[in-house]
Amino acid sequence: MSLLEIKDLEIIYTNGKNVVQAVNGINFTLDKKETLGLVGETGAGKTTTALSILRLLPERTGKIINGSVNFDGIPLLDLNEREMQSIRGARIAMIFQDPMTSLNPVLTVGEQIEEALMLHNIDNESKEEITKRVDEILTLVGINPERKKNYPHEFSGGMKQRVVIAMSLACSPELLIADEPTTALDVTIQAQVLDMMEELKQKLDMSMIMITHDLGVVAKTCDKVAVLYAGEIIEYGTFEDFFINKAHHPYTEGLFGSIPSIEDDAERLTPIEGLMPDPTELPEGCKFHPRCPKCMEKCKTEKPKDFIKGTHSIKCHLFAEEEN
Amino acid sequence: MAEILIETKGLKKYFDIGKNKLHAVDDVNLKIEKGKTLGIVGESGCGKSTLGRTVLGLLKATDGQVLYQGRDITKYNSKQLKNLRKEIQIIFQDPYSSINPRHSIGRIIGEPILVNGIIKDKSIRRQRVLELMETVGLSQKLYNSYPHELDGGRRQRVGVARALSVNPKFIVCDEPVSALDVSIQAQILNLLMDLQDDLGLTYMFITHDLSVVKHISDEIAVMYLGQCVERSSSKELFKNPMHPYTKALLTAIPIPSAKAREIKTEMIKGELTSPINPKPGCRFASRCPQVKNECTKANVPLREIKPGHFVACTLYNNE
Repeated sequence: MSLLEIKDLEIIYTNGKNVVQAVNGINFTLDKKETLGLVGETGAGKTTTALSILRLLPERTGKIINGSVNFDGIPLLDLNEREMQSIRGARIAMIFQDPMTSLNPVLTVGEQIEEALMLHNIDNESKEEITKRVDEILTLVGINPERKKNYPHEFSGGMKQRVVIAMSLACSPELLIADEPTTALDVTIQAQVLDMMEELKQKLDMSMIMITHDLGVVAKTCDKVAVLYAGEIIEYGTFEDFFINKAHHPYTEGLFGSIPSIEDDAERLTPIEGLMPDPTELPEGCKFHPRCPKCMEKCKTEKPKDFIKGTHSIKCHLFAEEEN
Repeated sequence: MAEILIETKGLKKYFDIGKNKLHAVDDVNLKIEKGKTLGIVGESGCGKSTLGRTVLGLLKATDGQVLYQGRDITKYNSKQLKNLRKEIQIIFQDPYSSINPRHSIGRIIGEPILVNGIIKDKSIRRQRVLELMETVGLSQKLYNSYPHELDGGRRQRVGVARALSVNPKFIVCDEPVSALDVSIQAQILNLLMDLQDDLGLTYMFITHDLSVVKHISDEIAVMYLGQCVERSSSKELFKNPMHPYTKALLTAIPIPSAKAREIKTEMIKGELTSPINPKPGCRFASRCPQVKNECTKANVPLREIKPGHFVACTLYNNE
């Protein structure tokens, strides 16, 4: 059985009269020890999906209108807040994008890691045991335990992100959701942090959801990839399907074409023209059709289905013809 | 040899921190030929933005010269500087905070023209702004819109149009695409390159992203803690990086292809050391995998190892 199973998830944000369709029917599964990459640009619905797994959507505006999230057989969306609290942080943990704002500036980093351990103290560990555990975790992420008495402002960006990772790992979660964990970091520090996360994942037998806009990070860390566009998964497959296979959704192709390559000497980039659609007025038919270079008549009116070939699924009419 | 448009000689910018000095830019020598792009690469805190601002005269240099068409602009008075602004401009990193939220797009783009008294007639000025908007790919109906109505990519186009409004010869681009999504980033990079071809602009392109800098630059300078550690043509730098820091930077970039897993990253340990009162010697020494005794004894100057390829590293002392 898979560890996490998301079915037909639909999420909206309401703001006065406007309804933002943030997530429109997402399906994916994640097995134990697997890493799934959620890729997409700003506003694609990556973070919203992640927050819904932890039931952390903003209460007044965010609403899950359809679908289910099953974690280890538990339907997360049906739990009450108390039951959810026992899972959140303990069995599913999250690393937020910006290490500068996700730490409390008036508590020492030691206290912040301790907090998670105290809250989820199932085995009734003593204060000493918890302190020992904090030291262990700090060592694990490469920080000298003596620094636990320091405040966040005394750490650099890369070190802060290590503290955030230490916090999320404190209770040995089975699933770690990392929301752009390295976007705010410099490349050499990014390489260090990614390397460390991979090592910890192996050591602790975790599954991971890696949210990123960087296909390079995906290539380095993920077993499976889901590309999101306007709240839909438009392409889903294994690492091989993405980086070895040549058939891709036109949007994925556009993403690859937008990245200046270190290896080739392309004179011009081939960007995707236009902008992400306004999520309050999503286009008819395929949501990508106004920007798609291969747009056909059919795309403007008819929603494409997922066309599946082995492990690889693509939401695009182009591949329908191939199938028939 | 082509005409040198801008040149720095021994440029230094120190900031006072109490009794200490923060060496943000320390003895940087650069040359940019007319119509070319010099890429400045480095991680946060290496002094690349400070360098850009010092070159423009937005920050007063502590020591050294900035020669613009042969004249030292660090000695300019405020009137001369104001005139100079018609020829040298800047595009800022953050398209959200670098344009005034209370001014319309038309006013933002037109302001430099008005301030510098280039076009005094209101309707001709409006015409010029509309022309500029077309040049950078902004729809003319946005003339009366306000910044909050625009997304990041369009705002950055406003920033580009504003820089172009005075017909500059030289533009410092300070991380102009790093706040944008990849697909929008590619649009802006293409725009900047087209403008360079059409208007003969010279760029100093500051970024932390090596793949972007490779794409747009003719020449690249790699900075580390206020100093230029390697400088060469873009092709040569990527084919044959010599400084250990440059090598580490190059291998640290995650490549979006299946090969990514086979490449072993040459991990450099630790983080930037402090730029406050730095010790003599190579500033990268504490993180360098190939560090030797002599690295920390005396400052390591930038030397020409191969024609056009400058490196500041003791590894190449015998060549």
